[in-house]
Amino acid sequence: MKFGVVVFPGTWSDRDCGWVIDQVLGQELTYLWHKDADLKGCDCIILPGGFAYGDYLRTGAIARFAPVMEKVGEFADRGGLVWGICNGFQVLCEAGLLPGALIRNASLEFRCEWTNLAVERTDLAFTSQCEEREVLRVPIAHGEGSYFADPATLSRLEQRGQVVFRYCDSNGRVVPNANPNGSLHNIAGIVNARGNVLGMMPHPERCSETELGGTDGLKLFRSVAESAMKVLVS
Amino acid sequence: MIARVIVTPKPVVNDPQGLTVKQGLTSLGFREVSDVRIGKYIEVNLDTSSEHEARERVEAMCRQLLANHVIEDFRFDIEPEHKRR
Repeated sequence: MKFGVVVFPGTWSDRDCGWVIDQVLGQELTYLWHKDADLKGCDCIILPGGFAYGDYLRTGAIARFAPVMEKVGEFADRGGLVWGICNGFQVLCEAGLLPGALIRNASLEFRCEWTNLAVERTDLAFTSQCEEREVLRVPIAHGEGSYFADPATLSRLEQRGQVVFRYCDSNGRVVPNANPNGSLHNIAGIVNARGNVLGMMPHPERCSETELGGTDGLKLFRSVAESAMKVLVS
Repeated sequence: MIARVIVTPKPVVNDPQGLTVKQGLTSLGFREVSDVRIGKYIEVNLDTSSEHEARERVEAMCRQLLANHVIEDFRFDIEPEHKRR
């Protein structure tokens, strides 16, 4: 499994993702510069957290014009795995690869804290190592992570089961108190209809080693790595 | 030509900045304030002498980049540059 981590000017979680892929999981890793117009044979592209191009105008608004994003779009169209984390999720929405948008947290605060996530899909390449309705403990760190979509889009997402992660309490109950940013329907992560493009605000790369307070995030990285094994075997 | 573009959050989008400023105005005694919405103001200078052409181009700019149609509305005025305030 070859992971490609995209680096825009202003990206800050690229090395954290790279560390998990390379040092914790022992998978093949390459960094893709925003000017690269070649995905270098990667099997999974990660758009990591940060403030790509300073998040000027809107979060992710400028990043989608990067040469690498044209290739990421083509790769996604062919069914390739694309995984946007935090700012990467914002970029995927701006690029039209995922529906909706991320707006300012309802609290107006930058929230940096642990959250609980109810996993609603375990049939995806990104979540196959999770249990049905499992609760993952994963930190967030964002000021603009409040998921918004118009009512028609939202109901389509729900009907098609495209909500992958929802903020919940430690017992897995999806309650307003567990919502850190005002996201509609407590949405923390969604996938496209085909199931190959995932966007999520929480940071799994920051909870993939016991030294960092938790390893739930590693399940997602491991799921992706295992999904490649399945393809090789089948 | 100069385009003055105003981008605002759609009415259905929660605007916590606007709500907070509204509370601030109310606490200052401006009790007649019923709503505040906060958006963006963008000036775009264009090298063209045709107002019609400028209008079409700015409309396209708004749709493609300056506003996100999921969460924002936009409107703009176009004036010859010498009238710049």
